[in-house]
Amino acid sequence: MQRRGLFWAQLAFTLLLCAFLIVPVVLSALAGLTENFFVGLESGLTLRWVWEVWGLYSQTIYLSLIIALACLVVTLLLGVPTAYVLARKGGRLSRLIEETIVLPVAIPGLAIALALIITYGGFRDFRASWAFILVGHVLYTLPFMVRSVLAVLSSMNFRELEEGAASLGASFWQRFWTVILPNARPGILAGSLMVVTLSIGEFNLTWMLHTPVTKTLPVGLADSYASMRLEVASAYTLIFFVMIIPLLLAMQALSRENRVIATKRAERAVLQERTAT
Amino acid sequence: MSSGNTAVSLRACGKTFADGTRALEQLDLEVGGGETLVLLGPSGCGKTTLLRIVAGLEMADAGGRVLFNDEDVSARPIEKRNVGMVFQSYALFPNMSVAENVAYGLRVRRTSKPELDARVAEMLAMMRIEELAERRVNQLSGGQRQRVALARAIAVRPRVLLLDEPLTALDALLRDRLRVEIDSLLRSLGITAIYVTHDQAEAMALGDRIVVMSHGRIAQIGTPQEIYHSPANAFVADFIGTVNRLPARFFPEQAGGSAELLVRPEDLDVVSAAEADFTGRVTSSLFLGNRTRLVLEGIGPEPLVVESALRGRFDVGTDVPIRVKREGLMTLPDDRRSSIENRTL
Repeated sequence: MQRRGLFWAQLAFTLLLCAFLIVPVVLSALAGLTENFFVGLESGLTLRWVWEVWGLYSQTIYLSLIIALACLVVTLLLGVPTAYVLARKGGRLSRLIEETIVLPVAIPGLAIALALIITYGGFRDFRASWAFILVGHVLYTLPFMVRSVLAVLSSMNFRELEEGAASLGASFWQRFWTVILPNARPGILAGSLMVVTLSIGEFNLTWMLHTPVTKTLPVGLADSYASMRLEVASAYTLIFFVMIIPLLLAMQALSRENRVIATKRAERAVLQERTAT
Repeated sequence: MSSGNTAVSLRACGKTFADGTRALEQLDLEVGGGETLVLLGPSGCGKTTLLRIVAGLEMADAGGRVLFNDEDVSARPIEKRNVGMVFQSYALFPNMSVAENVAYGLRVRRTSKPELDARVAEMLAMMRIEELAERRVNQLSGGQRQRVALARAIAVRPRVLLLDEPLTALDALLRDRLRVEIDSLLRSLGITAIYVTHDQAEAMALGDRIVVMSHGRIAQIGTPQEIYHSPANAFVADFIGTVNRLPARFFPEQAGGSAELLVRPEDLDVVSAAEADFTGRVTSSLFLGNRTRLVLEGIGPEPLVVESALRGRFDVGTDVPIRVKREGLMTLPDDRRSSIENRTL
């Protein structure tokens, strides 16, 4: 009897906690779809506010996507080779470089942005373009790409794979394209999703770095919260959700898939050793 | 195989790693065309380093040269040496199927499609793994991986086949079976092969010649029979098989000035008291099925290991008369117990 009571108490607590987290999300989404939030749902549902956001802020959405993709390209080009070199060299210097790359995650975005403005703010054209924001995003997201690829590389004994390929006559670039990259794919994919997600949602840095013509989605959000009616701001949030949730789901699915592959591999290896004897 | 008869020469090859560790003392080594040479020694003796120098995965210290048939390949990296290599953990590509793994070397050589397909099929048939062609590497057992690794290494018709402890990752039963297979494969290909192992049974079975190594030096080079029956020094005698030590006073004639004599357990016979050279007290008796392994005390300063095929029980504490086969008595060329590290080779 006592145990039953404990079960219900735990269930109630769990549901309460879920509600605490989920209700604001639902309310916020609903607010973006109701005619008049202060009247309530009986005022009717509408997509009017969503269209109004689109009219006012579609530029910020496009820019966020462009920056996220550009950021992805840059982190791929910089991050994958960096991870490869770090994994290959190893040692204290590599560890130091890795830590340095991770530093921007720990430092407040505002401080990084300020440092960028102080250093490069003088280059007017650069300062005014979205490339300035891109630099900030790359600084912030690069560690996630490097770490993710590094983790996969160090789990797969790539050095011996590479030696194997070399013994068969493959040049460095052949080895890199046909052996290293395909085998690092899970890490590259996970890193990519992380980079895009972080770039789309990044606010701290971007808020400092943006100009009136280079507003990204989160900066637009802040703007709409401050100056628009609640329904518009909520509809804007809704659009952000629609963009970011598929990415989060994909990331989740990918990490689960990687885990499943890893456990399957381990199980099979154990099984084989047993059947072999 | 047309390229099967490449002789390999190492001239003054040594290896000191960047951190100052001396992995290999400067040495010369000749491997005949078509010969299977086994590098044998405990871990850390430099055998793998030596193999990697031949492969081109490590560069010898300045002055060292590697020759393939008098052609100096010292400066070439591994991808330009046309060697086949089988790694301890196989290094198969997990992103490719078995057939793609075997085809890899041919693909990077831009072999034409029909030729490539034919060669891959030939290799799979040779290693009897045709039915695995489309499998992923992680769906294979250890023994199957081993076969794929061999097929992949041979597919490119390498000048020299290099095998780095290829059987170490397998269990004992599979290891014995594959050892026989590798042996017949190497014989039928007639390819020059260098095989690294720490397992003396493997070395005996596979090697035309064995190079016993210790602490970065060559302790002895010879046929398996030479290594076993006339060890050049204490290290080789102890490392290969079991060896007993007898004080010279038992057989002064055979000792010829040496302080002690060596004799293998199978050269000690349990006999009747009348024929015996000496008697020992049994301190341990281990029945192994086809023979009994006895440890005897009370003869020399060290206990003696005897292997007897006689039926019957040997109880601990009983005295057993022993006769030594005279042809089994060995002396070391230079009779110093001091290990070989102190000697210049």
